[in-house]
Amino acid sequence: MPQDAPPAHTVMVPVRGWVSLRLGDVWRARELLLIFAWRDLSARYRQTVLGVIWAVLQPVTMTVVFTLFLGRLAKLPSDGAPYAVFALSGLIPWALLSNAVGAGSESLLSSGGVITKVHFPRLVLPLGAIAAWLSDLLIATAVLIPVMFVYGLAPTWTALLAPVFALGIVLVAAGASLLLAPLNVAYRDVRYLTVMLLQLWMFATPVVYPLSKVPADLRWLYGLNPMVGFEAGFRWAMLGAGGPTSRDLLSAIVVTLAGLLAGLAYFRRVEHRLADVI
Amino acid sequence: MSSDGALALSVQGLGKRYRLGETVGGFRDRALSEEMLSRLRRGLRRNRSVAPADLWALRDVSFDVRVGERVGIIGRNGAGKSTLLKILSQVTTPSEGRVETWGRIGALLEVGTGFHPELTGRENIFLSGAILGMSRAEVARKLDDIVEFSGVEKFIDTPIKRYSSGMGVRLAFAVAAHIEPEILLVDEVLAVGDAEFQRKCLARIAEIGSHGRTVVFVSHNMPAIMRLCERVIVLEGGAVAWDGSPQDAVHRYLDAAIRSVAQCEWESPSRAPGDSRVRLKAVRVLDPVDMLTDRIEINEPFTIEVEYWQLSDAADVHPVVVLQISDQDGTLLFQTADQTNVEWFRTRRGVGVVTSRCRVPGNLLAEGQFLVSVTVSTSDPYVRHVVESDVVAVDVVEASDGVTVKGGAIGEWPGLVRPWLDWSVAFERAAPDNAQHP
Repeated sequence: MPQDAPPAHTVMVPVRGWVSLRLGDVWRARELLLIFAWRDLSARYRQTVLGVIWAVLQPVTMTVVFTLFLGRLAKLPSDGAPYAVFALSGLIPWALLSNAVGAGSESLLSSGGVITKVHFPRLVLPLGAIAAWLSDLLIATAVLIPVMFVYGLAPTWTALLAPVFALGIVLVAAGASLLLAPLNVAYRDVRYLTVMLLQLWMFATPVVYPLSKVPADLRWLYGLNPMVGFEAGFRWAMLGAGGPTSRDLLSAIVVTLAGLLAGLAYFRRVEHRLADVI
Repeated sequence: MSSDGALALSVQGLGKRYRLGETVGGFRDRALSEEMLSRLRRGLRRNRSVAPADLWALRDVSFDVRVGERVGIIGRNGAGKSTLLKILSQVTTPSEGRVETWGRIGALLEVGTGFHPELTGRENIFLSGAILGMSRAEVARKLDDIVEFSGVEKFIDTPIKRYSSGMGVRLAFAVAAHIEPEILLVDEVLAVGDAEFQRKCLARIAEIGSHGRTVVFVSHNMPAIMRLCERVIVLEGGAVAWDGSPQDAVHRYLDAAIRSVAQCEWESPSRAPGDSRVRLKAVRVLDPVDMLTDRIEINEPFTIEVEYWQLSDAADVHPVVVLQISDQDGTLLFQTADQTNVEWFRTRRGVGVVTSRCRVPGNLLAEGQFLVSVTVSTSDPYVRHVVESDVVAVDVVEASDGVTVKGGAIGEWPGLVRPWLDWSVAFERAAPDNAQHP
């Protein structure tokens, strides 16, 4: 917008029914989105004693637990890679989804004070909260690589594709958060439901077991979980083993975009009421 | 659209409805089980004619504001002032009618929005600035001015959780005061900070207004309204009751609004003013034998009683009741708080009803009518749970008999307060023989 144009003209009228997605608003508010992400990020690291170490500690602890119980005791196969590396490379992208959906679905509730006082595109709140978890993914992935070397593995050129799969996970998290965040404002049950769903979702995703263990006749249904394609894809990019089929990837993309669109439409429909009910 | 008569704001037939019982699409704050139960009950009763209770916070409000005008909006609590500001600043949408604005809108609503306690003062300036609609570059350019205006230069790289509440408020206002909108909306920010800082804030608003920008100013501070505004709109019960010169409007407001009210009570927390942690239950004026009264003899003490529900037992909810006593012109005489009772202040709070009583001695206030405003807030971290301005009023009258400061003097006895002070008087009688000497 030119600076010396006639003053910005705004019309406010009652909002009813489905409204347009107005994605341009978010683009114009991209700086605010980044600032919200930076706020969440720096506050998170400063509030804790261990700070950045948590980004690594969470997936590593889970890896130790799963390696003991599933790798050693249950002797679960791991697509040729040592089980510990296999689990870590699955738990890192899963932590991104789980943390991002958790933060995204809480983002409106925790910003009630701002929502009732200032006008800005509300979409930047969940999106900023999600973006703030990308740093943890980056840090944890940086730790994964030396761990791979310890087990005698080295990343190949496919590792360059890891960010693409991470982006897919971010979009899955965005779709889920846009649905959950306003619902969370309306019903506090949603918080507990989210925790439970994330736990179930993890076991419906090849995080701690390989894709090859899924019964072939259920694969089409299993593939509808968009995390199957992105999770297996991220691991394949890092380890070069156990990649998703092209059908997995296609259905992941279709389901993710559909979820994102549904989330956006729902969010846009209810966002104007947020200030009245928060 | 840039000549003198151009419109900055146009409000036509504006209405805002809040649904008390039911909200659209089941979108409201309560547990799902409750929701299902109530739907089930409604289904069983088969009574569809019972409409949910609607509350029209605003109804059929129309007015225009021209570019460069400074308009004040006054009215009692619940008259719709805050709702109007929220619609003008696009925080919420109208239920009916239409609002048009020409120009970038900046709102000085409650300050400190978006501050994060873990971040430093400098970081919070960027955060708050971005939320208020400033670009990073714009904040960076104004950073020095903002820091200087706030007066917290020394602590600018300290996390604001270590700030006193006064410093936090000053920093917040400093950021907000540097947005440069074409239309500035101001809400009650002047209720905070010390007198010196309030003067600074008012001066800043006047400065913004003098640059040909449009200012809409909502306040209970009548002297400030009279000084800053050239036109005042009085809201009553969600409608425009008066629109005209500040003098007429302020008189209209005072006449209509200020009957002496000894008591203000709310039946249930869900309807009472407050937030999720504290809700106001009652405010009363009591005479020396604890009977409700709106008339006090000037030499008699009286009690202001504030009852509130504390709904949370979280450790950071530590409410303090603050009373402000002002006279009919809106001049604040004094502020007092129940943290003066040190033993209570140190007591860990919990869920329940708190009754705070403040005894105001006789021979303190002058004759006339006084308004009591109540704030319930937690000071660390600073949260205002309830702000109710001019919620009760009391008439202080000079009895025809009794010992008073004025005593038997005839006519006006000026002064905002009339304290009974100790006088010691020395008198040395001239000796009779000395008087003989020349």
